[in-house]
Amino acid sequence: MSDATQDAPAHPGTTQTGKTAWTKFLTATEIDTRLIGMVAALLIIWTGFHLYGVIVNDFGAFLTPRNLWNLSVQTSSIGIMACGMVLVIITRHIDLSVGSILGFCAIIMGTVQVNILPQFLGLGHPAIWIITVLVGIAMGACIGAFQGALIAYGAIPAFIVTLGGLLVWRGSAFLVARGETISPVDETFSLLGGGPYGAIGATGSWIVGLIACAAVVLLVLNGRRQRTKFRFPQHPVWADTFIAVVGCAVAIGAVLLVNSYPWPRGIVRRYTQAEGIEIPEGGLFISHGFAIPVLILLAVGIVMTVLLRRTRFGRYVFAIGGNPEAAALAGINTQWMTVKIFAIMGGLAGLSAVVASARLNSATNALGTLDELYVIAAAVIGGTSLAGGVGTVFGAILGALVMQSLQSGMVLIGFDAGMQQVVVGSVLVLAVFLDILYRRNSK
Amino acid sequence: MAKNQGTPLVDLRNISISFGGVQAVDDVSIDLYPGEVVGLLGHNGAGKSTLIKILAGAYRMDSGEIWINGEKADIKTPADARDYNIETIYQTLALADNLDAAANLFLGRELTTRLGLVDDATMESETRKIMARLNPNFQKFSVPVSALSGGQRQSVAIARAVYFDAKIVIMDEPTAALGVHETEMVAEIIKELKAQGLGIFLISHDTREMMALCDRVSVMKNGALVGTERVEDVTEDDILSMIILGKNPKREAA
Ligand SMILES: Nc1ncnc2c1ncn2[C@@H]1O[C@H](COP(=O)(O)OP(=O)(O)OP(=O)(O)O)[C@@H](O)[C@H]1O
Ligand SMILES: [Mg+2]
Repeated sequence: MSDATQDAPAHPGTTQTGKTAWTKFLTATEIDTRLIGMVAALLIIWTGFHLYGVIVNDFGAFLTPRNLWNLSVQTSSIGIMACGMVLVIITRHIDLSVGSILGFCAIIMGTVQVNILPQFLGLGHPAIWIITVLVGIAMGACIGAFQGALIAYGAIPAFIVTLGGLLVWRGSAFLVARGETISPVDETFSLLGGGPYGAIGATGSWIVGLIACAAVVLLVLNGRRQRTKFRFPQHPVWADTFIAVVGCAVAIGAVLLVNSYPWPRGIVRRYTQAEGIEIPEGGLFISHGFAIPVLILLAVGIVMTVLLRRTRFGRYVFAIGGNPEAAALAGINTQWMTVKIFAIMGGLAGLSAVVASARLNSATNALGTLDELYVIAAAVIGGTSLAGGVGTVFGAILGALVMQSLQSGMVLIGFDAGMQQVVVGSVLVLAVFLDILYRRNSK
Repeated sequence: MAKNQGTPLVDLRNISISFGGVQAVDDVSIDLYPGEVVGLLGHNGAGKSTLIKILAGAYRMDSGEIWINGEKADIKTPADARDYNIETIYQTLALADNLDAAANLFLGRELTTRLGLVDDATMESETRKIMARLNPNFQKFSVPVSALSGGQRQSVAIARAVYFDAKIVIMDEPTAALGVHETEMVAEIIKELKAQGLGIFLISHDTREMMALCDRVSVMKNGALVGTERVEDVTEDDILSMIILGKNPKREAA
């Protein structure tokens, strides 16, 4: 092995060149096998449901722009919360109350925008949606901070505090709304939930896609520059090129996908009438483009990734997860960190409530029921270790996509609710088991 | 050599702490001068770690006073101790296993870029520099410290104490996990720090090593101080009998 003089740990025992090439590929690109596993699982789920449709119903409904677009919107609400759950689980805590916080925040926001603000500002005032969103996020953050304080300063286990919260906030949502559904929400607010008008169209999507491509390339180049500057071992050019190409391909592929899903005819007709446009021969093709909730998820994912990997706060989150005592001895105020982490989790549940209630165009006290399980499952499937200290935001978002794919796929092929619960529950346990096996082998 | 005149760097006065019914440290007074190594000896559970953890801010004493450079110090948290330039190598090493050497070395004191983001590249580069000095064989910079050997972990913990401009260094059994060669290296580091005028509290069970490295040794038993002696005034046997019998033979004789 004369060419194996790279920095990668050598595997003297491996004689099969195939295996060496694969390991070399993984080391050079710094792709971890878990990510590959998740992408593979996703592809299997997607093609599985599609083929099932093709064979049983003579129509594969899964791999269509329409379904995948809807999937992206459905993933948003869970995905946003999963980003926060990563922090919570990394620090060896758990938050069982997120679904209930979501429901409570949705009810509060519904009351604010439907019953309170219009009295003072008038119906449809442009500030209504902004105030509502801020109230929702602030409410979630306060609830989270309160629970975090009980956990940190009261030394009550997170499991108990948030189990209590699960009931308290769900019950409070019921009390505030007296069990009624609050609707319709403010018109601008409802755009935050997606739908034809709540998407940014073809041109906007191209802009987002190209910015994403530029960002990927810049990140790769910056990485190379840093390694040169500090004389760290450089990645091979082919590996960095590979990462850049795959990143750009995913971005452009996503744009092509969301742009190939047109507005339904009825909406096009209403739109053209309102705008006074003639519908040309053969119909008018207006693309949805990226839905706004998806962009919100994207923004949350980026912000949370930077927070976790590039700030002191994020470093302390990992340190506390790895060894709470060492973190405290290093001068980190671990109790205050816990309050902040739960506040972020609560704030994200509030944001998620925005997306979920905007999508429904109404707020009910049942909104977000069982979401905590999906959110925790998403984080765990995405590689966040329940033992603490390990996890990525990106993985959690992928995990949310996996969970939502399962869920929507089963609805699509007509599994009944009982069967869906059986599958989701089993997948969660299986995912944790695979995680344990994975960690055992990588030791 | 002038015998410790002037203000001591650290002056621990009448320190006591108890956990539940256990009087872990019982009215202990010890001082430390610049450029001096003071050793703490005693049986397991004698209260050595507890005493220095009070100085390090990890525990709060029930009663007593800490004076640093002639001023009364108020050390309530590890962060307070750092503000007094006290660095500690804990017996348990206190490393976050899931983070790499650089992240552990700078934990709580991360270097940041102009944007306020953690500057991992600079921190790794600094870590490489200090490790090249302390442990030239150390190469595992990009793996979590859980993947390091006991000795390698020890060198990360030592690097943390040495890197920042400490005036007072506390080493709780720094050589417990080390081989002969690495132990020698730690001895060199201690001598170097001493030469730079730092004050060092050293805890170890190896009496011979303590006789070689320390200027004075203090012996504790059951939380109380048995005595403090200059190493040139006592023999290894004197020390051993202080540890075992809890009595100071020299004082007895006098
Ligand atoms: N956090 C704690 N809670 C309760 N008891 C404690 C605590 N820390 C120490 N102790 C008790 O205080 C006494 C002194 O312990 P300490 O760790 O200071 O001993 P030591 O001299 O460092 O021993 P060793 O040589 O084994 O490290 C012991 O009886 C121990 O059980
Ligand atoms: Mg000890």
